[in-house]
Amino acid sequence: MAQLIPIKVTVNDTVYERQVEPRLLLSDFIRHELGLFGTHVGCEHGMCGACTILFDGEPVRSCLIFAVQANGHQIKTVESLGSPDHMHPLQEAFHEKHGLQCGFCTPGILMTVVPFLEEHPHPTEDEIREAIDGNICRCTGYEKIIESVQAASEKMSSGK
Amino acid sequence: MTGKYFGQPVLRLEDKHLLTGRAKFCDDIVIPGMLHAAFLRSDYAHAIIKNIDVTEARKHPGVVAVYTAEDMGDYWKIGPLQVPPPFAIKDAQFNARPLPPIAKDKVRFSGEPIAIVIAESRYIAEDACEDIIFDAEPLPAVIDLEKAWEDTSVLVHDDLPSNMAALVKQEAGDYEAAKKQADVVVSKRFVADHVAGAAMENRGFVVNWDERTQEMTVWAGTQAPLPLRSAIAGRMGLVENQVRVITPYIGGGFGPKVMTSQADDVLLPWISMKLNRPIKWIEDRRENFLATTSERDQVHHCEMALKKDGTILGFKDVFYHNTGAYDPYGMTVPLNTQTHTVSNYRVPNFYTEIRMVFTNEMVVTPVRGAGRSEGVFVMERMMDLAAKELKMDPVEIRLKNLLKKEEFPLNTGVIGQDFVVGVLDSGDYKNNLEKCIQMVDYEKFRKEIQPKARKEGKHLGIGVVAFTEGTAVGPYEGARVTVGNNGKVSVSTGYSTQGQGHFTVFAQIVAEQLNVKVEDVRVITGDTGHFHWGAGTFASRGATIAGSAIHAAAVLVREKIFATAAKFLEVPEDQVDLCEGSACVKGHPEKFISLGDLAGKANPMRGAVEADVKPGLEATAYYAPPHGATGSGACAMIVDVDPETFKVKIERFVLVHDCGTVINPLLLEGQIQGGVSMGIGNAFYEKMVYDENGQLMTASFMDYLMPQATDMPRKMEIGHNVHPSPLNTLGLKGVGEAGALPPSPAFCQAVEDALYEYELDLTESNLNPSMLYEFRNKAIKR
Amino acid sequence: MKPAQFDYYAPASVEEALDKLAELGYEGKVLAGGQSLIAAMNFRMARPGSLVDLNNIPELSYIKPTADGGLAIGTMTRVYAVEHSPEVAKRFPLLPEVAHYIGHAQIRRRGSFGGAIAHADPSGQLPGIAKVMNAKCLIRSKGKEDRWVDAADLIIGPFMTVIEYEDLLTEVVLPPNPPRTGSSYQQVARQNGGYALAACASVLTLDDKNKCQDARLILMGVGEMPILSDKVKEILIGQEPTEEAFKEVGEAVQSEIDPSSDLNGTSEYRRDLIRVLVPRSLALSLERAKKGS
Repeated sequence: MAQLIPIKVTVNDTVYERQVEPRLLLSDFIRHELGLFGTHVGCEHGMCGACTILFDGEPVRSCLIFAVQANGHQIKTVESLGSPDHMHPLQEAFHEKHGLQCGFCTPGILMTVVPFLEEHPHPTEDEIREAIDGNICRCTGYEKIIESVQAASEKMSSGK
Repeated sequence: MTGKYFGQPVLRLEDKHLLTGRAKFCDDIVIPGMLHAAFLRSDYAHAIIKNIDVTEARKHPGVVAVYTAEDMGDYWKIGPLQVPPPFAIKDAQFNARPLPPIAKDKVRFSGEPIAIVIAESRYIAEDACEDIIFDAEPLPAVIDLEKAWEDTSVLVHDDLPSNMAALVKQEAGDYEAAKKQADVVVSKRFVADHVAGAAMENRGFVVNWDERTQEMTVWAGTQAPLPLRSAIAGRMGLVENQVRVITPYIGGGFGPKVMTSQADDVLLPWISMKLNRPIKWIEDRRENFLATTSERDQVHHCEMALKKDGTILGFKDVFYHNTGAYDPYGMTVPLNTQTHTVSNYRVPNFYTEIRMVFTNEMVVTPVRGAGRSEGVFVMERMMDLAAKELKMDPVEIRLKNLLKKEEFPLNTGVIGQDFVVGVLDSGDYKNNLEKCIQMVDYEKFRKEIQPKARKEGKHLGIGVVAFTEGTAVGPYEGARVTVGNNGKVSVSTGYSTQGQGHFTVFAQIVAEQLNVKVEDVRVITGDTGHFHWGAGTFASRGATIAGSAIHAAAVLVREKIFATAAKFLEVPEDQVDLCEGSACVKGHPEKFISLGDLAGKANPMRGAVEADVKPGLEATAYYAPPHGATGSGACAMIVDVDPETFKVKIERFVLVHDCGTVINPLLLEGQIQGGVSMGIGNAFYEKMVYDENGQLMTASFMDYLMPQATDMPRKMEIGHNVHPSPLNTLGLKGVGEAGALPPSPAFCQAVEDALYEYELDLTESNLNPSMLYEFRNKAIKR
Repeated sequence: MKPAQFDYYAPASVEEALDKLAELGYEGKVLAGGQSLIAAMNFRMARPGSLVDLNNIPELSYIKPTADGGLAIGTMTRVYAVEHSPEVAKRFPLLPEVAHYIGHAQIRRRGSFGGAIAHADPSGQLPGIAKVMNAKCLIRSKGKEDRWVDAADLIIGPFMTVIEYEDLLTEVVLPPNPPRTGSSYQQVARQNGGYALAACASVLTLDDKNKCQDARLILMGVGEMPILSDKVKEILIGQEPTEEAFKEVGEAVQSEIDPSSDLNGTSEYRRDLIRVLVPRSLALSLERAKKGS
């Protein structure tokens, strides 16, 4: 019989207590145990970036972490940013600049960019390109994603 | 043609749910009692099945059922062709070998399903797959296209005399006669490399048979919900209204999701009914690489006959097309190649021959570009070859032969993927190129920038190519437009969407006609419970075909609004005006009735309705074009090549495009940019490679290189020409695949130009630094 | 793509971890950053019976100056932390320069410095960099004396090291470089964040007459493990570092490397890259050595 380990994880400021099999991937835990479907799974080998979340504030691939490793840690997913009626300035910028098409990679990109903009409030285009280089987008060709991040940085630094 | 909404850069209605993680994708669907499926797939590319022992797997805790072909009994049968053979073409030969739902007796490609496990979780299902003992006798794999064609080859299908899947010859004019008149004849062999669709979301399928209602509901990440519904109903012996296919949000399509693959649509519904349980199957990335369809992979033998001045007299192309182990999708891809090799230029004599071969590889069906990429690649490379031979500038030879505005409509004499003779409807191909070289400042580059760079030891090169994109083919699409009692408008179409922005552009079309706010138009796509006629998402046809149907329906609703409002406002119809969200008396905006109230009046609950009057402010309409509308364009690329490491940087990328009337310029740019990134990926990063044993060497994103943000040019400079298509009221042409077409040939030409010290001869559509090194080593130094 | 079952242990201290590793023996496997291991487990190409997770041992994450002016880096220090540490940048600018090329930022946030070395991926950068920096690795195990192993002796083949099942690499110590030392890294990869087709790093030290006092060169992606060049020493030490000499090194190391061909590059191409990258790296290191105090 598989081991079951009790864990206590804070996701988007809510504390969850669950029993998990050690092999359960954090991405599957977030999606299927907690029902937070905004985190997407594109490759399960750490290459596409769709499942990027914040783990104690750091952007990481949730497909390369076991849920059991999140015990005692703080997690943020795209659901923590904004709602359709009250979007985060970054989400607003993506909407205004057409920074998404199918939207499947988008949550991972947003969760990569949120801490990036905290560290680089006035990023150059090259810095943005490099920051999102670990997130594959098949639809946009990235140009409008980069414009979105630029626009977001302006919005956020002017406090709008 | 711009209006209040139509032609404007309206922001997308679908964004907010996607951006906040609220959009519902296939794997987000949860049904109580749902079970999970995993396939055991063959590691062998070609083998005779001896035995599949599932005893242990069935005993695995948490496993509910395991099925092999054997277990399916009489239900197992080879599926129908999804696209019929091209018998509209004279003497076409086609050997139909559609997909089986699960392998029986023999496996024909690595990744082919041989058993399916149904379990309480995907984790357990994968565990149980490892408990299955698969005993098979391996056979040599058929991989090389040209060798596969030979009579001596091992056979993929033993009941056929050869690996010929199809042989189709088409000729316009008389190539051999033209060749006799020619001053020069150039010839070359080209390879169009194998690439994946690689949508970020893999395929997904959830099926629920409800025994009590006798209805089956399916959620599928498909580009073709209606063919899927019909296929399921047909196989399950149900009438169509017992099957409802819903497409939730879909994370990209790019072609492969148009396939009904048998494994999901035939097998999973059967299992759901058998177990009376909902089943979910979410394809993983490895399965997507191994067993979803992919494309390109052709070998061309081209010949071009020209006059001394560069005028094309004729073109001949005999090409091998890999269809993979089966050919369920008919000949869409190679027919598209046939039509796109010559569609740019005045080619009076044209001979083209498709040799479609079976191999021990995954099935080949369209991927963004869909045969056009290959046609454009070989034609543009041949233009470069001819230019070199004639010592002409590559731009000059193109300008000489490109079709001009006054030459349209032009009957090409070649039957395409839609089984009708191609007609190029409109455009100005020559002007596209002229505009493009102006934007890139070709003269300045040649006279100033490049010579200066060369002096400094830099290797800058330019490539300039032209292309067409045959789009918006039939047969038809349809839609229903309804004004609701709250004044908001609903639109339903069978067309499905994967991120293109259809919720928005369709709403713009309707909002323009009915003078309602765009956000008050709610579009439902690809739900067979809402609209059950249509063909599917392919061939860049959404905005044009479904859009035209929606427009037609909106026009009918508008007429009905006028007729109904006239009665209630008690004025003649020509005195009725559409204010925002209401109908009013012309010049008297205070005398109005809101559209919502009018919708209520049009649906009276008591009293007599006049004969021939249909209830509600609603209309359904269809659009079916006589043939496709052809988009066109030109592209210039400037590259900087490191002559020691052969790393290539794209310094500038310019694209001029004509897709007729523009519905939403913002979304249009997005479509082009996305296509270009795929084209750049195809040119220098993405390549599916099979080894000689039929093993896919690139079954992960570690080996299949997707273009990244830092691989893209800094800015894609996009210019537009607008020549509305005469084929539809709105003047639309498709654009979805355009960007993917020109990068490979432009890249080759630019790299050859950059490495000017050598007479480089790049003949493959996908290159990498190591290949450039090898090509350079083979090249003659100037 | 779901991993097979395993048992999981999360020791809170090094001692506990060593106990558990000793108890599990062959069945046990260390889980450090997991950025290679978990991907391999998802493909079921790796299927350890048990994992001993080091992520709950805070005492394994640190960057500390050593008495002689070098640095000691705890095995669980994230690559990202190494990349962005001012201490590291000041003493060993080569490290952040290289770290930048390791996977993408999200991978470096989680991936661990010691884990990347112990993984001994022939395409990985850090095992080779540890070698060229003369790093020393502290290996501990239950009931045994602590062992210091030179990075050069640590790796014995592709994905193979002298670290046994019950062992734990706990610390990597980087000895200080003499003044007037310059270093640099050069690689060619298909894409940012991808594996290098070929790479090299060099460390040059100049004497007061501007001659080469020491020269170290590591060649990566061109053999079964990173290759520390002897030729560079033969050619450069005691000599004037000139462009010609650097080119000569690029030629001479051809006898030291044995690149294989794969999807991304032929053996010949990789050889040629080394021929190109070695002089580029040496020239850059020289420039930096001249500037170095």
